[in-house]
Amino acid sequence: MTGASLKRFIHKINIFIFVLLLNGNVSAAKPGDSLTIGITQYPSTFNPVIDAMMAKTYILAMTRRPLTAYDQDWKLVCMLCVTLPTIENGLAKPERTKNGKRGIAVTFQIKPEARWGDGVPVTSKDVVFSWKVGRNKKSGVGNAEFYRSLYKINVIDDKTFTLHFDKLTFTYNSLGGFELLPEHIEAVNFSDPLKYRYKTAYDTDTFNEGLYNGPYVIANRQTGSTVVLEKNPNWWGRKPYFKTITVRVIGNTSAMEANLLSGGIDMIAGELGLPLDQALSFEKRHGRKFNVIFKPGLIYEHIDLNLDNPFLKDIRVRRALIYAMNRDAINSQLFDGRQPKANSSVNPLDRVYADDVPVYDYNPAKAIKLLKQAGWKKTRKGIRYNDKGEKLSFTIMTTSGNRSRELIEQVLQSQWRAVGIDIRIKNEPARVFFGQTVTKRLFTGMAMYAWISSPESVPRTTLHSAHIPDKFNNYSGQNYTGYKNPEMNRVLEKIEVELDFRKRKNLWRKLQFMYARDLPVIPLYFRANAYILPGWLKNVKPTGQQDPTTLWVEDWKR
Amino acid sequence: MIKFLFSRSIQGMVLLLIMSFVIYALIGLMPGDPIDLMISANPRISSEDAARLRALQGLDQPLMTRYLNWLTNAFSGDFGYSRLMAKPVFEALQPALMRTFQLMGVVFVLSLVIALPLGVLASRRPGSKTDYTINLLAFAGISIPPFWLAILLIILFSVTLGWLPAGGVPIGDGQGFLKTAQYFIMPVMALTLANIGGHTRYMRASMIETLKNDYIRTAKAKGVPEKKILLHHALRNALIPVVTIIALDFGNIFSGALITETVFSIPGMGKLIYDAIIGNDFNLALVALLFATVLTIAANFIADICYVALDSRISYGGQKQ
Repeated sequence: MTGASLKRFIHKINIFIFVLLLNGNVSAAKPGDSLTIGITQYPSTFNPVIDAMMAKTYILAMTRRPLTAYDQDWKLVCMLCVTLPTIENGLAKPERTKNGKRGIAVTFQIKPEARWGDGVPVTSKDVVFSWKVGRNKKSGVGNAEFYRSLYKINVIDDKTFTLHFDKLTFTYNSLGGFELLPEHIEAVNFSDPLKYRYKTAYDTDTFNEGLYNGPYVIANRQTGSTVVLEKNPNWWGRKPYFKTITVRVIGNTSAMEANLLSGGIDMIAGELGLPLDQALSFEKRHGRKFNVIFKPGLIYEHIDLNLDNPFLKDIRVRRALIYAMNRDAINSQLFDGRQPKANSSVNPLDRVYADDVPVYDYNPAKAIKLLKQAGWKKTRKGIRYNDKGEKLSFTIMTTSGNRSRELIEQVLQSQWRAVGIDIRIKNEPARVFFGQTVTKRLFTGMAMYAWISSPESVPRTTLHSAHIPDKFNNYSGQNYTGYKNPEMNRVLEKIEVELDFRKRKNLWRKLQFMYARDLPVIPLYFRANAYILPGWLKNVKPTGQQDPTTLWVEDWKR
Repeated sequence: MIKFLFSRSIQGMVLLLIMSFVIYALIGLMPGDPIDLMISANPRISSEDAARLRALQGLDQPLMTRYLNWLTNAFSGDFGYSRLMAKPVFEALQPALMRTFQLMGVVFVLSLVIALPLGVLASRRPGSKTDYTINLLAFAGISIPPFWLAILLIILFSVTLGWLPAGGVPIGDGQGFLKTAQYFIMPVMALTLANIGGHTRYMRASMIETLKNDYIRTAKAKGVPEKKILLHHALRNALIPVVTIIALDFGNIFSGALITETVFSIPGMGKLIYDAIIGNDFNLALVALLFATVLTIAANFIADICYVALDSRISYGGQKQ
């Protein structure tokens, strides 16, 4: 190549790069009727009944409507049904099952105008079909408890049906977990239940409008990266403002922030977005350009104590642990006061919260007194020992890579060290921590993690002694602390079946008092989700509970 | 040649078989299974549900039985379904494979096109200003973590200048070359800069070593021009160790770059393999890793052929002629 031809070649490359960069300046221009949301996960399936995953729940909430849901005020409301059935309005009637058990018959009516995206009405046939899918042992549905309890469905007409449950609980009219499937599309795919997981149209024919009955349908997707939603042509509710909603998956939160600043995305979802510390820092730097909403909700961060540990069996040691923790300082110093401390597993915003529940304030002197009473009198190099010469030492574990939790561990380590408790930090990847350490109770001292729940969610599986995981029950149940209290068992069982709210609230109060008294778990705080929205986006109301904000996406507008 | 091809093919197949077992066993030995993860996320799953789901997914069988089942099916061409993506493994693999091939293929070619001449240039006068400058840049390339460079690039080109999309891949068909290229510029830059450093250093070291040989001194004494000595006599011999390194790198083209893919939200092979391992998706992880193994074996096989082409003293049997 001669010098002249080389110059010509370089010149051509320069022009190419210039054109490329010019063409690349796409982020500045944004059509007014589109919205791009950033989230951190991509769903493994779009089938609503297979696998529980927040990313799927978040996206499908824009394309589907459940029969009932908890709204932003944590009230149960009808979404696909006409009237919420209650015993008072006569649509729910307690009855006896054939075996003589107390059950209930609940009658729902689907909204007459409700139809799937292909124009086919949503009918009782879909209800019966979805129930059959859920009940079939080969279909791969995770939580079959609901379908087992729902033992019969009487179809009254195309839009009306009665559900018969073999158990009478106060949540009889909440059908949030009962996902409807379009019988006219999915029945063929369910002909072999064992293969349903792989044949479901939600994954093989995702863009079929008939799969969706919400304001949007899935119009395009790039596996692992992007999902594009477009208006459902047959949506029967209030018309949504945005013509297109694009959900972009960005696993790295720093890249997510950069995408927001560059206009690659318009907003970051609170449900699957930036961790609180990063959101707080973002707010300080860019808060004027964006609307940052911190919504504390039903994500309960706590430390499970393994009650089989001989030292932790002693209630005085457990109380000393909580008295030695300055949770208010942690909240104000690390979280800018956005995540107030928890006093029990019940959120103060929940209607069953007891205002007079005992509160453990920071009191290291009291902690030391309790430890001495428990026999931990001698100190060597600042660490306490008992008469047998045993060292007061625990291991705390959490998910490695979770900055907030790792930071809290370090603060707690120093606060507990100040009263003579030695703490070893041993963190594991979430895969190992949740896959084995917690679920098989392999942690010897403490395990820090969170539970997410819905309003007035009865903590039966985490506190009832029948739910302590072991090899005999196939490691099911979430009572990882090994807490056994017959009184607590009775209260839990009563709460579930108590229909009178006032009486139930009293039982909840008992539960919270016992929880605070026995301290099987150290409550930390209720996690706040950070919703980072553009200033022009109106009517996004975070729910702070399991039902995502996107269930009301038709209200969102410029 | 035929004997060589035959023996290498047999070796490759045995290696693949061993690798398939090793990968399957390693994933299987990881604590917990998909149902354990499901239980931890959903407090309502009962022990009966857990047992039912394990049986449905074949997780109640011993690891060896599961592996042998998989192997039997694989021999009949059925590599199973991806548990995470709910589709046949190859269908799940294909888009990620194509994306990674596009990204890493460009990175591979670009880094060689830039690094090899730089290495040769640096080796001409070891210790000169040119050599120091190239070395400095090479060490910078090696030392700077690609994910950090990726964030810096995003801040510069997307946030500050607004020239390029901050990540992702174009959605829909028929986006055109220019549109697609925009999304790949920054990831290619981040990964190429990291690769250039290593390749430049290998090339430089190999060239310096070759330039010390007697035949080079003889060529110089005979008055052969420096350019001809470098490119004709030295480069050919110096390429032999570099070819080995390149062959080993070739497998990366299909196994992806996890962190860079995550930062730029490119759903490629790195992310897919990571998700498959974390999510206990045996079939997907196994096939993806075996695919990378096959390519590494193939690349090494090609490298062996290249040795013969580069150095006539080397024969297929490995003996000197």
